Amino acid sequence: MLARGLLAAAREGLNVAPSMTRSISTVKLPDMPYDYGALEPYISGHIMELHHTKHHAAYVANLNKALEQQAEAEAKGDVSKIISLQSAIKFNGGGHINHDIFWTNLIPAKDFAPPSGELKAQIEAQWKSLDNFIATFSAQTAAVQGSGWGWLGYNKGTGRLEIATMANQDPLSMTGLVPLLGIDVWEHAYYLQYKNVRPDYIKAVWNVVNWKNVADRLAAAKK
Amino acid sequence: MAFELPPLGYDYASLEPHVDAMTMNIHHTKHHQAYINNLNGALDKFPELKDLGIVDINKAVGTDKLPAEVATVIRNNGGGHYNHTFFWKVMTNPSNTNGPSGAVKEAIETAFGSVDEMKTKFNAAAAGRFGSGWAWLGVKADGSLAISSTPNQDNPLMSSLPDTAAMTPILGLDVWEHAYYLKYQNRRPEYIAAWWNVVNWEQVTANFEAAKAGSVPL
Repeated sequence: MLARGLLAAAREGLNVAPSMTRSISTVKLPDMPYDYGALEPYISGHIMELHHTKHHAAYVANLNKALEQQAEAEAKGDVSKIISLQSAIKFNGGGHINHDIFWTNLIPAKDFAPPSGELKAQIEAQWKSLDNFIATFSAQTAAVQGSGWGWLGYNKGTGRLEIATMANQDPLSMTGLVPLLGIDVWEHAYYLQYKNVRPDYIKAVWNVVNWKNVADRLAAAKK
Repeated sequence: MAFELPPLGYDYASLEPHVDAMTMNIHHTKHHQAYINNLNGALDKFPELKDLGIVDINKAVGTDKLPAEVATVIRNNGGGHYNHTFFWKVMTNPSNTNGPSGAVKEAIETAFGSVDEMKTKFNAAAAGRFGSGWAWLGVKADGSLAISSTPNQDNPLMSSLPDTAAMTPILGLDVWEHAYYLKYQNRRPEYIAAWWNVVNWEQVTANFEAAKAGSVPL
């Protein structure tokens, strides 16, 4: 209630402290943990730069715009408008969430280390071997129709890891799974380098997966 | 009889500089070919479906005419084969086309006010399709023109699908990233604007006449 009043007051030019007028959340484009070229030759620097500065940046900008419009609609009590904004929030919010995770899931090849400890044990318990897990994940991810993602997720209810695919920018959280590792298979993620050969891209990505990040996410999910 | 990749009808470079030759080449020889291969593979188990022809296969999507086992593969790849076969024909070298005229121009003006307003609406449908899909200009059951967009390889022939408005397409635009990424990267609106230069209006007119006569152009 207070925030709504402040927003309305600010719009009328009344003297309210600027820091108090924005009651809405905004998201920021995160910095990359490595240079754009650091994942070469597996993912080209050109792709990484476009992917971050154009695609992810657009999701951030469009999400912020939609959230701002939603706040204004809430202040006016315009429920129809709020409803009409939901698909933009889902598309762009999902895009932001997914890419935010993705950049941390990758690491330059020179720093690559295979999974170890609890993560390795759990993968082997469920899929018999890391190779079998990778083959299964890769096949399901390559088979995504149109745009989407392949995910390794954690099921808090069963305590098990699960492979899942999601369409468009639908976040894995929609399934209740906790996202651990995602591979983006929208064509923008690979086309300039791999053209139509999505399986070659997926095969290459395994060289730059940051398994420590995946393990950290699993440990956090298990708390 | 298995489905085959139709020839493009023009050189891969014919649509330059608006659609680049490498994209046309990969789009035709790799993407479209893959849809055909996958469709033929699915239909090997159900050869009687091949006799339906690609238009009726598309119309059967979402109905129990398609066995559950192959329903999704047919939706994706039967849709992909129709859509791309249709798409190559509604494009041509800019020197081969003269813009909308006659009955189709009148129909556009009746439905949208003007050709420019139709393009504005079409552009919005094309740019606003999130993820992969197509934008369409088509003839509705009542004979009027309308614009829609569909996800992935769906199309307005698939009217039995819950969210698909029935239309006979007369013009369509592929907005999957593979259709434009090599030249335009993330700049889909720029691709859409450039694409109008290569629309084959004579084919669109033929499609319109076929649709009005009750048949589905291909």
